[in-house]
Amino acid sequence: MLELKSVSKHFFMHQRSSAAFDILQNVTFSVFPGECVALEGPSGMGKSSILKMIYGNYKVSTGHAFVRLNSNEIIDVAAGNSREILRARLESINYVSQFLRVIPRIGTFDLIMQEALFYAKFNNVKVHNDSSAPLSPTFVKELEEKVKTMLQRLNIAQRLWHLPPSTFSGGEQQRVNLAKSLINPKPILLLDEPSASLDDQNAAVVVELIHEVREKGTAILGIFHDSNVKKELMTRSISMQEFQPKS
Amino acid sequence: MQAHGFSKPLLKVEKLTKFFGPNQALNEVSFELFPGEVLAIVGESGSGKSTLLNCINSNIDFDQGQVHFQSQALGSVNMGELSEVNQRLIKRTEWGFVHQNARDGLIMNVSAGANIGERLMSLGHRHYGKIRATAIESLAEVEIDANRIDDLPLNFSGGMQQRLQIARNLVTHPRLILMDEPTSGLDVSVQAKLLDLLKRLTQNRGLAVLIVTHDLAVARLLADQMMVMQNGKVIESGLTDQILDDPQHPYSQLLVSSILQN
Repeated sequence: MLELKSVSKHFFMHQRSSAAFDILQNVTFSVFPGECVALEGPSGMGKSSILKMIYGNYKVSTGHAFVRLNSNEIIDVAAGNSREILRARLESINYVSQFLRVIPRIGTFDLIMQEALFYAKFNNVKVHNDSSAPLSPTFVKELEEKVKTMLQRLNIAQRLWHLPPSTFSGGEQQRVNLAKSLINPKPILLLDEPSASLDDQNAAVVVELIHEVREKGTAILGIFHDSNVKKELMTRSISMQEFQPKS
Repeated sequence: MQAHGFSKPLLKVEKLTKFFGPNQALNEVSFELFPGEVLAIVGESGSGKSTLLNCINSNIDFDQGQVHFQSQALGSVNMGELSEVNQRLIKRTEWGFVHQNARDGLIMNVSAGANIGERLMSLGHRHYGKIRATAIESLAEVEIDANRIDDLPLNFSGGMQQRLQIARNLVTHPRLILMDEPTSGLDVSVQAKLLDLLKRLTQNRGLAVLIVTHDLAVARLLADQMMVMQNGKVIESGLTDQILDDPQHPYSQLLVSSILQN
C-alpha cells in the first residue's frame, strides 16, 4: 500500500543564519494491507516527520514515497505535485495527528457529519461524474446513524454533541480527531500517538476501533508511546536507529 | 477540497504583469485553478495580492499576460480579448467578487432583497415574485433571517453585510468567486461563522475560490492550495499545509514563524 524508498529529510532555516539540519536518511520500508507497523525510537528521531512526509505536510528532500490509490494507480507523494497529494489524501490516506484543527464554533456532531457527507459526495462524483448529484435522504439518514454510533463508541457523551470540540478536554478532543478519520475508512491510516491523553478505558476503545479497520485490510503506520496500546496493535516494528544520518 | 474528474482548469492565469509607473506590481504571475479548488494568496501588504485579484477581475488593466476562463456559456475564453458585453456577462453570472469592505460590493441605499435581485434583473429576470422568492432563498443560505429582506444594508452589522455581499454573489450560481480579505475587520466570532459558511459553500457547491488573506489560520482552514507573494512575484506555491508546516523560501519561513501560536 505504502512504500518509502531512500527517503531523506533535511531542514534549512533561513532565519537562523542559514542553519541546515539533516534529520533522516535512507528511510526505506513498506507497509502492506492488514499490517500495523510501529515506528520505534525516542522523541526527536524523526518519527512524526516520516508520517508528515507521507501525508505531504513535509516535503520529502530526496527519495520516493509511493502510495497506492483505490484505483490501483500509484502516486509518488515525494514528487510534490499538490493536486496529486490531495488526491492521495482524499482517496487513500487518513492521518490522525495530535492536534485537532477544525473550524471554530461548529458542533462536534456536525463536524463529523460534514466529513462523512463530503466523502460520500466525493464518491458520488466518481460514480455519477456530477458534483451536484444529490444524496438520497435515506442515505443521509444512514450516515447520521453511522456518525452517532461512532461518537457513542468513542464515549463522547450525547449532551456534548452540539458543542464545538474546542470546549472539550484533551482526551475528548483526541477522540473527536479519531472519529473524524475513522468515519471514512481509507486504505492507509497514519497514527501519531492516538492514545495520548486517554485513560485506560478509552484507550481500550480506541485499540478496538483500530483493530477493526486493520482486520478489514487497512495498512497502518503509527507512533505509539503507550506500551500496552503498542503491544495490542503492533504487528511489526521498525527501529528509527537505522534512519539516523551518519555525521 | 478538490473536485474530481475535471481535466481542464476553470481559470488559467499566464505570466500576468502589471506596472504602476516605474513600479512593477505584478511580475509574471501564473497559476491554474480547477473546479472545487480553493487557492489562498498570502503575503505582506504591497506584495501585489489585491492587484492580482483586480487584474484577473479586469477591474484594472494589466500590461502583459493572459487570463483564460472555461465559461459555461461561451466556452474557453481569453478575458482580455472578450467584448465588454461578454466580459460583463461572465462577471455577473459565472464569477463573483467579494470585496474586503462589504460597502464596496453592496448598494447601500436599497434593501437587502433588492441588492440580491439587482444581479438577477441585470440578467433579464423580470418576475417580481420569483426574484423575491430567490432572494429569500439566498438570504437563508447565508443565514440572514427572511424578515430582514426589506431592510437597508446600512442597518446591518458588519458580519451581516459581509454575508449579504456573499448572498448577492451566490444568487447567479457562479463557479468562481474572487475574495479580497473577506474575514478581516470582523470580530472573531463573526469570522468563525463566515468561515463555516465559506467552507460549506465550497464543499457543497464545488465552487472554485481565489482568496486573498493575510490570516494564515484562515488560509489553513479554507484553502487546500496556497501561493506566497513578495514584491509582485510568486515565491512559493503548493499545498497549504506543506507551506505552513515546512516552508522552503526564506520569506515564507519568516511569514510562518511570525504567527502567534495558541
